[in-house]
Amino acid sequence: MLTIKNLHAEVEGKQILKGINLEIGKGETHAIMGPNGSGKSSLASVLAGRDNYTVTEGEVWFNGKNLLDLSPEDRAREGVFLAFQYPVEIPGVSNLNFLKTALNEIRTYKGLPAIEGRDFLKLTKEKQQLVDFNANLMNRSLNEGFSGGEKKRNEIFQLAMLDPQLAILDETDSGLDIDALRIVSNGVNKLRDAEKSFVVITHYQRLLEYIVPDFVHVLYNGRIIKTGTKELALELEERGYDWLKEELHLKEA
Amino acid sequence: MMNSNEIIDDIANKEYEFGFTTDIEMDIAPPGLNEDIIRFISAKKNEPEWLLEWRLKGFAAFKKMQFPKWQHFEMPELDLQALSYYAAPKKKKQLNSLDEVDPELLATFEKLGIPLNEQKALTGVAVDAVFDSVSVATTFKGKLKEMGVIFCSFGEAVQEYPDLVKKYLGTVVPHSDNIFAALNSAVFSDGSFTYIPKGVRCPMELSTYFRINAQNTGQFERTLIVADEGSYVSYLEGCTAPMRDENQLHAAVVELVALDHAEIKYSTVQNWYPGDKDGKGGIYNFVTKRGICKGNASKISWTQVETGSAITWKYPSVILQGDYSEGEFYSVAVVRNKQIADTGTKIHHIGKGTKSRIISKGISAGRGDNSYRGLVAVGPRADNARNFTQCDSLLIGNDCGSHTFPYIESRNKTAMIEHEATTSKIGEDQIFYLNARGIDTEKAVALIVNGYVKEVLNQLPMEFAVEAQKLLSITLEGSVG
Ligand SMILES: Nc1ncnc2c1ncn2[C@@H]1O[C@H](COP(=O)(O)OP(=O)(O)OP(=O)(O)O)[C@@H](O)[C@H]1O
Ligand SMILES: [Mg+2]
Repeated sequence: MLTIKNLHAEVEGKQILKGINLEIGKGETHAIMGPNGSGKSSLASVLAGRDNYTVTEGEVWFNGKNLLDLSPEDRAREGVFLAFQYPVEIPGVSNLNFLKTALNEIRTYKGLPAIEGRDFLKLTKEKQQLVDFNANLMNRSLNEGFSGGEKKRNEIFQLAMLDPQLAILDETDSGLDIDALRIVSNGVNKLRDAEKSFVVITHYQRLLEYIVPDFVHVLYNGRIIKTGTKELALELEERGYDWLKEELHLKEA
Repeated sequence: MMNSNEIIDDIANKEYEFGFTTDIEMDIAPPGLNEDIIRFISAKKNEPEWLLEWRLKGFAAFKKMQFPKWQHFEMPELDLQALSYYAAPKKKKQLNSLDEVDPELLATFEKLGIPLNEQKALTGVAVDAVFDSVSVATTFKGKLKEMGVIFCSFGEAVQEYPDLVKKYLGTVVPHSDNIFAALNSAVFSDGSFTYIPKGVRCPMELSTYFRINAQNTGQFERTLIVADEGSYVSYLEGCTAPMRDENQLHAAVVELVALDHAEIKYSTVQNWYPGDKDGKGGIYNFVTKRGICKGNASKISWTQVETGSAITWKYPSVILQGDYSEGEFYSVAVVRNKQIADTGTKIHHIGKGTKSRIISKGISAGRGDNSYRGLVAVGPRADNARNFTQCDSLLIGNDCGSHTFPYIESRNKTAMIEHEATTSKIGEDQIFYLNARGIDTEKAVALIVNGYVKEVLNQLPMEFAVEAQKLLSITLEGSVG
């Protein structure tokens, strides 16, 4: 579904991604871990099409399409979804109105008619229950005054509503309380199926106990330096990243 | 895929949709401002002596006045002698029905989306169409007359209802009020007159549509609306002008009078030609609008959506004279390219228990400069007066400006005055967030702006709220960089 080849990207003239290679198949869940500042959010931003990042080398293919050629909105319409590490607040725009607009933009792109008001409300109700999202938050302005955890849960609610093929969750677990972590993970698990793929960026092995990944990658200094299965996450939890960094220096020396 | 700069250029070069001109034979007076031209206008319009006298008093006041200096922009050079003060479509004889209006004029208004043919007209809206300062047609006049509602051109009112005009003209905006009002008093050409009799709720929206067409003319209309005891009227004004390289002056005067328990809602959707992206051309919209709540428990509400004009400079105001009277001001002012707006309101609380509410939403894009200026004055008699002011600014891009000048003068200790102000910016991260959900940049801006102005647009009659919303998104297309 997603193929990343030798991806290099810079921001403000600074090289951040230095040759990422990653293959994500249909229905797979990949976890990306790595120290602060290693480039995890940058990778997510480049995939979503944030324009302050410049891709200097490499390719990204999504379902046979050159993703890097598409505008951010077209990437979303093609089925790429990014749950932001820091969701922004948009005062004055109601959460529901925003979602309806987004949903209809995606539908129009796919040649589908706009969703009927009644169907939209039904869908809203269904998904809100699925991810246990507080109904009061739906009528408020988008993320305005939401608590950190509420913002994260809103990202997952949007994910459920927009039903993308590839969802990238950037530290959705940070800021969630223990119960919320379980609830959100359950929600994500319910959304998982053979057609959908997930990239879960996290610092904590705990999340991966709930959302069990097929692969775990370690991103360090703009590169994937290690790939393993869920056991790798456990090992990282125990040993930290230093041993990996050392291995890398030995190899490079 | 266009980057944001390309989108900006694309839109900045976009033509103003209503910038066409109409070819029509006009009576145009030679340029120049003097007593002769005032006498000429008055004679052309077959005015009574008292009105000529009033015009001449206005001119005398004008000659003693100077352009103000307190505004937050550099006063452009205005050569008032170079303007022509009378331009009217030539007509052969008195018109008896719409069928006799020049088809070219009807076509012009049709093109602007204002069909003057009653069959095609918006139901529930009566329109007075003003072309280069002269009223060319008023729809649904007969129907309104049955209820005693007078809705006609100013010129017609002078002929048909001179006593009413004489009683109220200049009572809210005196001929010597300010230099532009004085100029208007001297040379006003036409405009709109409305009288709602006692206890009548006007059954349809009344609307004036102003169109400037001629070159080198100023546009000076007067609107006078009188709502007699217990009556209600909702009035809407719209306007456009062709694209011309020269600036054109629009110095209108609007006077509203609300008697006991009467209510006037006055809405404006202003879309005069704003000039090109470098600030060349465009209308100088220097208008004096004021209403008086003369009667007890009367109410006047101004709603304005200002998107056009090179410079918008006006403060629709309310004098709350009657006890328990109420004044409201709802405003959206948008500037982009090199447009300037210095607008706001003045509310004078005179009667006791008077209330006012001011909601101002400024939007600045491009290199536009937007100022809110507002005065809330509470007099010694105005016990328990209340004011609430909310004044918000939204910035799009890094090169625009916004300023707020609130003035409060309270001479009564029981008054309660609240003022809230915010400034926010449409950030790239907000736009990207919406992009990442499948919403393109133009829709994203529209979504944010619509959310921001909702409270004001909700005040407009429905059809016009939709129009205003469209106008805002067109105006702001591509202004995010
Ligand atoms: N706009 C920018 N200008 C300059 N440097 C930037 C910019 N955006 C990101 N960076 C830098 O890129 C590097 C990677 O940042 P990124 O946010 O991708 O890290 P991360 O792996 O997501 O870290 P964390 O675990 O803390 O979320 C950091 O050094 C960061 O400072
Ligand atoms: Mg990050």
